Amino acid sequence: MIELVNIHRNFQVGDQTVHALDDVTLNIDAGEYVSIMGPSGSGKSTLLNLLGLLDQPSSGTYRLNGQDVTSLGNLRQAQVRNREIGFVFQMFHLIPRLTAAENVELPLLLAGLEPEQRHPRVARALDELHLTDRSHHKPEQLSGGQRQRVAIARATVTKPNVLLADEPTGNLDHKSGQDVIHILEELNDRGITLIVVTHDPEIGRRAQRQLHMMDGRLVDGQGTG
Amino acid sequence: MTLHGADVIRFSIGSLRGFPSRTVLMLVAMAIGVCSVVVLTSLGEGARRYVTGEFASLGTNLIIVFPGRSETAGINPTTMMGETPRDLTLDDARSLLRSYNVLRIAPINVGSADVSWKGRSRDVVILGSSHELLGIRHWEMGQGRFLPQADLDLATPVAVIGSKIRNELFGAKRALGEWIRIGDRRFRIIGIMGSEGRSIGVDVQETVIIPVASAQQMFNTSSLFRLLVEAKSRDAIETVKAFVIDTLQERHQGEKDVTVITQDAVLETFDRILGTLTYAVGGIAAISLAVAGILIMNVMLVAVSQRTAEIGLLKALGASPRQIIILILTEAMILSALGAFTGLLLGQLGSLIVRHTFPVLPAYAPAWASVAALVVALITGLLFSLMPARRAAQLDPVLALSRR
Repeated sequence: MIELVNIHRNFQVGDQTVHALDDVTLNIDAGEYVSIMGPSGSGKSTLLNLLGLLDQPSSGTYRLNGQDVTSLGNLRQAQVRNREIGFVFQMFHLIPRLTAAENVELPLLLAGLEPEQRHPRVARALDELHLTDRSHHKPEQLSGGQRQRVAIARATVTKPNVLLADEPTGNLDHKSGQDVIHILEELNDRGITLIVVTHDPEIGRRAQRQLHMMDGRLVDGQGTG
Repeated sequence: MTLHGADVIRFSIGSLRGFPSRTVLMLVAMAIGVCSVVVLTSLGEGARRYVTGEFASLGTNLIIVFPGRSETAGINPTTMMGETPRDLTLDDARSLLRSYNVLRIAPINVGSADVSWKGRSRDVVILGSSHELLGIRHWEMGQGRFLPQADLDLATPVAVIGSKIRNELFGAKRALGEWIRIGDRRFRIIGIMGSEGRSIGVDVQETVIIPVASAQQMFNTSSLFRLLVEAKSRDAIETVKAFVIDTLQERHQGEKDVTVITQDAVLETFDRILGTLTYAVGGIAAISLAVAGILIMNVMLVAVSQRTAEIGLLKALGASPRQIIILILTEAMILSALGAFTGLLLGQLGSLIVRHTFPVLPAYAPAWASVAALVVALITGLLFSLMPARRAAQLDPVLALSRR
């Protein structure tokens, strides 16, 4: 489902070229549960951003569902992000002035759905994450765990195939972190491809497939495993 | 992937309410710009209406003759000799009455003299004229009557005084019928001007009017300062003008040594000058709109960097660059429109206050100015937010989201 072939991602820092991703080749099948671990600066976040089409490779090919997405234009890439991919961030990234329901509604609004189509889907997404009684609360009125659940509802409301989570428990206490991981795994059980970036080995170990990164490379050629 | 208009507007209003100080700042900038256009053009328009109104009140279908020629006539013997133009005399005036198209004439002589009554005195503008002046100028009497209908050469010792002169010399005492001294002559007061009589150049309330022959004797001149000729109708104005020029040329041995202007020409000139002035003032005020536009650009740029994370998030959620631009522009347009309408209201209020403070000035903002101010405000708002919107659309979502 996800195919990365010889991906390079270079950054220019001053007159130095930094190889954030160095010849990464990786296949991920639909429904897999993958964790990406590694020290900070190893390129795991860059890899995740690239998977989520937030970043472009310097060279190499990225095929999503068989389609080469690196050559797509801005608009098409935005559509792919909207339909195929859900993001969960360490910082939640909820818009503070919008209520939980409105935050969850955003991807549907950007997709141009009619309000009457949006509302039941938002309600269902919130219900699945047990947030129905919080739907009219602003983010500041929610606990960290609740905020991350709102973010997960927002990521899943478009029914994406891939869920990308960047340190989803990084800003949460242990208990809330556990809850969030369970929710993500439950989603994976129901078929969503889950890719979690973390530096917490305890969380990373839970994945069926664990990738380790070092200096922009996948350790031990795990990519095609 | 097209956004719904209602969603865009709701989202924009939400973000405007999320940053109230920024919103208020931009509203004020826009409002000041539009408001100054409205108020300044209403002042210009008020001045135009005031002046043209005053000119109209000088009289209608009026032709004004004065001695001397304002145009260069080329070289002829008189210019070589440096001869001053011939006087405009009372006989000249009378000769104009021959035309069927001339309704009435009023000769005018102006000078100043000391006017005194029982030890009180003041220096006053003295207007020498005739009975017809009252009608030509549409003045009204306060008390008594105007100069009597008499031969122009008759130097009757009667005077009509302005109400202000009356108050200053006589206070509460009865003025009508009293004898006053003007210069070294004595005149009997036969009338007092009404308070309405006011027009450009002469404040009738501060004037004393005596028969033209008396004034000529007093100021020792046989010439007239002006000659007012009223045509029978508007259509007759040009005929009368030609008649006046021909008659006086004939009487002055073929010399075209008078200048004849029509009220309409003067009115038109002033109308044009003041109309241009209004445009100019409006243009100057429009600069403040441009300034408002630049402020909007700055504030929108700040807004974009303030909301970097939010814009990055929208991109991650699948917003296309176009959608981001639409969202930012809508925000700016809502602000510009609100600011412009606020400014329009403030401007109307401002010109209302001007009208209230200076009742003589009909300071109504011309419709074109209000429309232009609105349109310019919206266009500047749009143009100056294009750059910030572009910048937002090009924002790198990875950087935007990693900032905390």
